[in-house]
Amino acid sequence: MIKLTHVPGLLALLSLTAASALAQDEIKVGEFASLTGGSASFGQSSHKGTVLAIEEINAAGGVLGKKLKLITEDDQSTAGQPSTIARKLISQDKIVALLGEVASSRSLEAAPICQQNKIPMISPASTNPKVTEVGDYIFRVCFIDPFQGTVMSKFALSKGWKNVAVLTNVKEDYSVGLAEFFVKHITANGGRITKEQKYSTGDKDFKAQLTSLKAGKPDAIFIPGYYAEVSLIAKQAKLLGIKVPLLGGDGWVGDSLLKVAGNALDGSFLSCHFSSDDKDAVVQGFVTKYKAKYGEVPDDMAALGYDSAVILAEAIKRAGTTDGEKLKVALAATKDHKGITGVITLDAQRNAQKPAVILGIVDGKFQFIEKVAP
Amino acid sequence: MADKLLELLQQIINGLSQGSIYALIALGYTMVFGVLRFINFAHGDVFMLGAFAGFYLGPKTLALFGEGPSYPGAIAVLLVAMVVCAAIGIIIERLCYKPLRERPKLTVLITAIGVSLFLENGGQFAFGADPKSFPEIITDRLIEIPASWGRISELTITISQLLVIGITVVLLFVLTYIVMKTKMGMAMRALSFNPVAAQLMGININVVISFTFGLGSALAGAAGILTSIQQPSIDPLMGVNAGLKAFVAAVLGGIGNIPGAALGGILIGLTEALVVGYVNPTYRDPIVFGVLILVLLVKPTGLLGASEREKV
Amino acid sequence: MFERSKIILVVVLVACGVASPYVSGINPYYYDILISIGINIILAAGLNLVNGYTGQFSLGHAGFMAAGAYASAWLSLSYGDALGTSVWATTTAFVLALFLGGVVAALSGLLVGVPSLRLKGDYLAIVTLGFNEIIKGVIQNAEPLGAQRGLGGMVQHTTFFWTFAFAALTVYVVLSLVRSTYGRGFLAVRDDEIAAEAMGINTTKYKVLAFVLGAFFAGIAGGLYAHFKQFIHPEGFNFMKSIDVVVMVILGGMGSTAGVCVAAALLTILPEVLRYVSKIEALPHWLQQVAENRMILYSLLLIILMLTRPQGLFGAGALKKKKA
Repeated sequence: MIKLTHVPGLLALLSLTAASALAQDEIKVGEFASLTGGSASFGQSSHKGTVLAIEEINAAGGVLGKKLKLITEDDQSTAGQPSTIARKLISQDKIVALLGEVASSRSLEAAPICQQNKIPMISPASTNPKVTEVGDYIFRVCFIDPFQGTVMSKFALSKGWKNVAVLTNVKEDYSVGLAEFFVKHITANGGRITKEQKYSTGDKDFKAQLTSLKAGKPDAIFIPGYYAEVSLIAKQAKLLGIKVPLLGGDGWVGDSLLKVAGNALDGSFLSCHFSSDDKDAVVQGFVTKYKAKYGEVPDDMAALGYDSAVILAEAIKRAGTTDGEKLKVALAATKDHKGITGVITLDAQRNAQKPAVILGIVDGKFQFIEKVAP
Repeated sequence: MADKLLELLQQIINGLSQGSIYALIALGYTMVFGVLRFINFAHGDVFMLGAFAGFYLGPKTLALFGEGPSYPGAIAVLLVAMVVCAAIGIIIERLCYKPLRERPKLTVLITAIGVSLFLENGGQFAFGADPKSFPEIITDRLIEIPASWGRISELTITISQLLVIGITVVLLFVLTYIVMKTKMGMAMRALSFNPVAAQLMGININVVISFTFGLGSALAGAAGILTSIQQPSIDPLMGVNAGLKAFVAAVLGGIGNIPGAALGGILIGLTEALVVGYVNPTYRDPIVFGVLILVLLVKPTGLLGASEREKV
Repeated sequence: MFERSKIILVVVLVACGVASPYVSGINPYYYDILISIGINIILAAGLNLVNGYTGQFSLGHAGFMAAGAYASAWLSLSYGDALGTSVWATTTAFVLALFLGGVVAALSGLLVGVPSLRLKGDYLAIVTLGFNEIIKGVIQNAEPLGAQRGLGGMVQHTTFFWTFAFAALTVYVVLSLVRSTYGRGFLAVRDDEIAAEAMGINTTKYKVLAFVLGAFFAGIAGGLYAHFKQFIHPEGFNFMKSIDVVVMVILGGMGSTAGVCVAAALLTILPEVLRYVSKIEALPHWLQQVAENRMILYSLLLIILMLTRPQGLFGAGALKKKKA
């Protein structure tokens, strides 16, 4: 039985070990991600991309003559952990900056701590506008939902799909937010929402909602959810004889989406950050390196994880120091960075101004359609 | 008007097929409760294991019956999953519940929760948390209703929906036969009436209990396969929600009562479909729980259950 | 009047107050763990009153914590400055917010406790689980509470003093109750409800009291949590969180307040220790992975505990008794 008296000793021993490992010729960068739990696939992807970037940077000599040391903690997709992890990384491991997270709610939990401690935080993929509103030390390298919503809305209108039904995941703020911005834009620009329906994370049967939406005779259905449910929704929509295109956002990007949906998603479109088919040399270079290291094709979380690490490294170089205040200023000045996920400029709200990628699905595979600039 | 009626009929069909799944799982809960007087929290996760058994063993089994999806192949996969789950159920019972038979019920309840969590998290660890695509064991298609039947032809009924309902009915008959007409079934019923007397009559309760667990788990496994045919995305946490709903169904029908479990399953399935279609999908789960609370308050023995007096 | 227990309580409170400014200066990571220990002690001691002493198996404790967290957070965010901006004013506002959280949680405890009166064991467990989901569902649909976006921006009022002062108070109240005639009532309900009724004990009163009190303390814990983490999200109060507290109570020994406090501390530190363990290069990879996945360990812990030592670390033999 672990005696209570042993524990402080154990902790002391461990922290001593940690302290002695504080080599002077390393720059410590923290990362928190959901490596296990419900959002594991997102966290693992962004982590892989980040690790690849760090390795490349170190192989090229590091930053300011020092190697970057990545310290990663798993938040297990659980609320309450990001704040503990942030405190640990900042005060125990003495990181100079924090990378993470994909989920906006978990980014929102860690952000105030980074802000208070003047440690810059870069989220690879949180799209809720509130994240960067926490303070001027909080950045993100992805676009935010107000932009993404309008992208799909404009696309729908450009194809002549004026009457759109919306199917939202009420348990996810991402889905609700994206739906909100889509609806706002399309109704202000001549479109009409035929009907709105809802579902929850983990649901498997959507025939009731789809039957109801079908009755409204829409030109297209907007489903701003995550791939786990979307794949089933698509299959059931097909079974129910719904022939109109389905539209979605970056939450669709996931390994199992096409595996489960098969051909049910043919003719559908989604907006996201990155396409592995993009012929751009920078993108293809990344895809090749990622495939070589991990044996699989990268998704956009991996690409964003990569970009967040590179942008941090560039900013440290520009600042010439890892001091929080100066680093923050350098980060804010990021302009025309040629990232994997597009040419990135951080705006005054510290959000990324960059194009979105629209993908279509043809014959059970993703196909690059177009890039949409902000 | 006809539109509304069609929509209603459609929702009813959806509800019936979902309800059959709940019924199959509920049967397991109710049988174990009838014989052992405790709720096997881990039962919903056996359902999940059935789906994964199908995922891992399905393709090879299917291949024995020729190229691609086929009905005989599908039945074989179903049987394989049922056998695997029966075995798992018996093992769990032997390892975790049998040693606790003399202890207060709370102990075994907590153990069951532990087993459930272990299966779920272990599943995430072993299979990966991401959903997997269940192999196609039958080719699902819409049933072509002849246009001469009028507006009815606009309804969408899939083969899988009919299959689910059909197989559930078959399994129900098999179960009823086993319970009513075989010696083992008689032993199960004796055990549920009075365990001590049953033992005095020479019934080997260990064998009967194992058999009950095996049977219930086999049904859960069948439910796992049938669900995966319709909703081919499986993940280690899929048993949580289904298990909970099936539990409510078992209680609604009368826990310990086999026809009650089936009835409860259908009713819950229908309630869900109607709430989602006509009220608000966000209220679906709270309403199902509300039903549970209502039943427990008004008639705790359920719709078909007999009143039980607690003896002192 | 000046019984020993009251003196101990006052001494502990004063000690907390004196130590607090110094403790706040330690490494923020250890501080986080320390505050979490305090909050978990309040949760576990409160749940122990319901599960351990009164024998009512509640699986929805996180729901009460959520009620308290959101109620106090809302009050703080809306009216935190209503009394003024001096330290005294904001601290008073904070404590008032905590109490509001406790009261709201207690009311939810009442809502859950009353229908559950006729239920036993498994049914009760499922119903409390259901109520946890319902409370979560209400929050997820409430826009002023941030719905599923979460609620943030609370000022970090929670200090070492407040956390452990309330922890001490919770332990004091629970122990005092248990040692009084109320305690006899709780235990009677746990041991044999029918016999208790036959002896004229109002089992309804005790069951409801246990739920309401347990919920009140969970609400206080929730408020402290909200004002420490400064951001709360409905998913943080789900079934898993309830299980976390249940494991603390079971490990500590249902019916032993000292036991659950120790267990609460242990189980707060365990995930952090596991973090280090999972990074130790010397261990085989799968062992590292299991260490990462603390839920697997928790579930195994539950099973093994029940099979070998169901009374937990310090518990009375109530769960080990063989059925007559």
